[in-house]
Amino acid sequence: MIINNKKLEMKSCRDGFGKALLELGKKDKKVVVVSADLAESTRCLDFSKEYPSRFFEVGVAEQNMAGVGAGLALEGLTPFICSFAVFSPGRNWEQIRVSICYNKANVKIVSSHAGLNVGEDGATHQALEDIALMRVLPNMTVIAPCDFEETQKAVMAAAKIEGPVYIRFGREKTPIISGNSKFQIGKANILRQGKNVTIIACGPMVYEALAAADELAKQKISAEVINCHTIKPIDKATIIKSAKKTKKVITIEEHQVNGGLGSAVAEVLSQKCPVPMKIIGMLDKFGESGTAKQLLDKYELNASKIIKVIKMNARNH
Amino acid sequence: MKNNIKQLEKMANTLRQDVIRMLVEAGSGHTAGPLGLADIFAALYFNVLKHNPKNPKWEQRDRLCLSCGHVVPIRYAAMARAGYFPLSWLKTLRKLGSKLQGHPSYQDMPALEHSSGPLGQGVSVAVGMALAAKMKKQKHFVYCVTSDGEQDEGETWEAILCAAKYKLDNLIFILDRNMIQIDGFTEKIMPLTHLHEKYQAFRWHVQKIDGNNMKQILAALNNAKRIKGKPKVIVAHTIPGKGVSFMENKWEWHGKAPTVEEANRALIELKN
Repeated sequence: MIINNKKLEMKSCRDGFGKALLELGKKDKKVVVVSADLAESTRCLDFSKEYPSRFFEVGVAEQNMAGVGAGLALEGLTPFICSFAVFSPGRNWEQIRVSICYNKANVKIVSSHAGLNVGEDGATHQALEDIALMRVLPNMTVIAPCDFEETQKAVMAAAKIEGPVYIRFGREKTPIISGNSKFQIGKANILRQGKNVTIIACGPMVYEALAAADELAKQKISAEVINCHTIKPIDKATIIKSAKKTKKVITIEEHQVNGGLGSAVAEVLSQKCPVPMKIIGMLDKFGESGTAKQLLDKYELNASKIIKVIKMNARNH
Repeated sequence: MKNNIKQLEKMANTLRQDVIRMLVEAGSGHTAGPLGLADIFAALYFNVLKHNPKNPKWEQRDRLCLSCGHVVPIRYAAMARAGYFPLSWLKTLRKLGSKLQGHPSYQDMPALEHSSGPLGQGVSVAVGMALAAKMKKQKHFVYCVTSDGEQDEGETWEAILCAAKYKLDNLIFILDRNMIQIDGFTEKIMPLTHLHEKYQAFRWHVQKIDGNNMKQILAALNNAKRIKGKPKVIVAHTIPGKGVSFMENKWEWHGKAPTVEEANRALIELKN
C-alpha cells in the first residue's frame, strides 16, 4: 500500500483496540470488559489476562452482555462490551436502546469484524447495517476509526466522555494513514486539501479515498479528503465548509448506502448546503464468501470506484 | 424503620388503593400485576430493603431492580408512601411532564436504579449491578422483581446462566408467578411448567411461597439473604388483581385500567 510514494505499514484496528484497552486498564481501575465469547478475535484477551477481576465473560449472549454492561455502568464503572458487529449491535439493538441509551449508561460498545472484509465467513457475518442501527439512537456516539493508530485514539477518547459510544472496525490489517493526526470526537480530519471535489470517508475506506486522490491529482483533479471518523455527532461545519469550496461531494463507506455515513452527510448538506452528491457503499445487498480484496473489488468499495464516479460526474456537468 | 406483619398488611392494602386511584386517573396501564405484588412491595420498602428515601443514591443501599416494568404503579405507590416523593405526584402517572412515566424512566427518577419495560432487560442489568458490587466488595443486595411472562424471553435465561456462573449470592430474584400474561394464561400462551426445577437445574437456590402471605414473604426474603454461594430466586405465587373480587385471576385485567365505576367498586372492596 503506497500513498504519496510512501510505503505504509499494515496493522489491524482490532490490535489497536487491544493495545489501547491494556493502557486504559492500567490507568483507570473503573475500566471493565464484558466479552461474549470472542475475546481473542476482538482482542480483549490481553486485558482479561492482565486484569482478570475486571473481565467478565458472559458467553454467546449479546443481549445479556448489553444489559450487564448497563448494570456495571450504572454502578459507576466504565464497561467496554465486545463482540462482532453483526451480533452487537446486530442481536442486541433493543437492549442497547433501553438499557444503555435510555439510561444514558456509560457503556462503550466495541465491535470488530464490521464490513465486507470479514470475507470468507460470508454474508451472515458481514455487518453492513450497524452504523445505521446505532446512528438512530438518542444519546449514542458513533465512531468508525480508519486504522490501528486512530482506533487507539478513539478508544481513549471514548473512555473520557460520559455516555454510550459505539466503535466499529474491520478484521483485516489496513494501511496506517492517520499518523500523528489529532483525534477529537465529532471533529472530522481533513487529510488532504483540494478544490474540485470532496471525498468523505470513514474506516478502511479513508485509505481508498487517499489513493483515489493521489491518482486524480495525476489527472489534474484536486480532491479534498475528509476522514469523518465520527459519524454521530457529525462534523457539520467541516463538511459544509468543504462542500461550499468544492461544490461536489462523494462519500464512501464499508456499509449499506442506506443510513450510514453517506446518509448522515446528505442530511447535513441537503438542509444546509445542497450540492451534487454521490454515496458509495453497499447497494442494498448482502455480501458473500470470498477474500476481502475480491469482495471489495466485486462490490466496488475501492479507489477505482471513487475515481470512476468522479470522472463520470465531471463529464455530466 | 421496620414494620411488623400487621402494619405491612395494612400498608399493602393502602398501596392497592393507591394503585386503583392512580390507574383510573391515568386512564390506561396495568392493574392485575400491581395489585398482586402489593404485599411484596410493602415488605420490600417497609421492612426488607436497606434504603434511605431522603438520600436515594446512598452508596450502601440495597438495589431494587424492577424488570417487569409494566407493574411500576405499585412501586411508585410504595415509594411515595416511603417518602421518596409527595403522594400528590401519584396522580400524575402517565401524564405529560410527569416523573412517573408509564414504564420506569431512570433519567426522570434515578431512585428507580434503571429504566425498564421491554421484558428480559432488567434481569441482565441486575446481574451487572451484582457483579459490580462483588467486584467492589460492597455488602448490599441486589433485588430484582421479575414476572412469569418475562421467563419467555431468551435474555432472561442468558442472565440466569450468567448469575450462576459468577455465584452471585448478592442477587435475589422475586419472580411474580401470577399465571397470566397479556394475551391469556401463561400455561396456555407458553407453558413454563416446572419453573422451580428449571431454576434449580441452573444452579440457583429456589424458594416457593404464597406471594400474598406476608409471613411467608418475610421469611423467604430473610432466608434468601442468608444463603451463600449461589443466586437466589423466590417464586412468589400471587393472585393477579388481589383484593378486588372481579379482578382476581382474570387475565383480562393484565393490561387495562379500571373505569371510574369499576374503580369505585374496587375501592369499596379494598376499604372493607
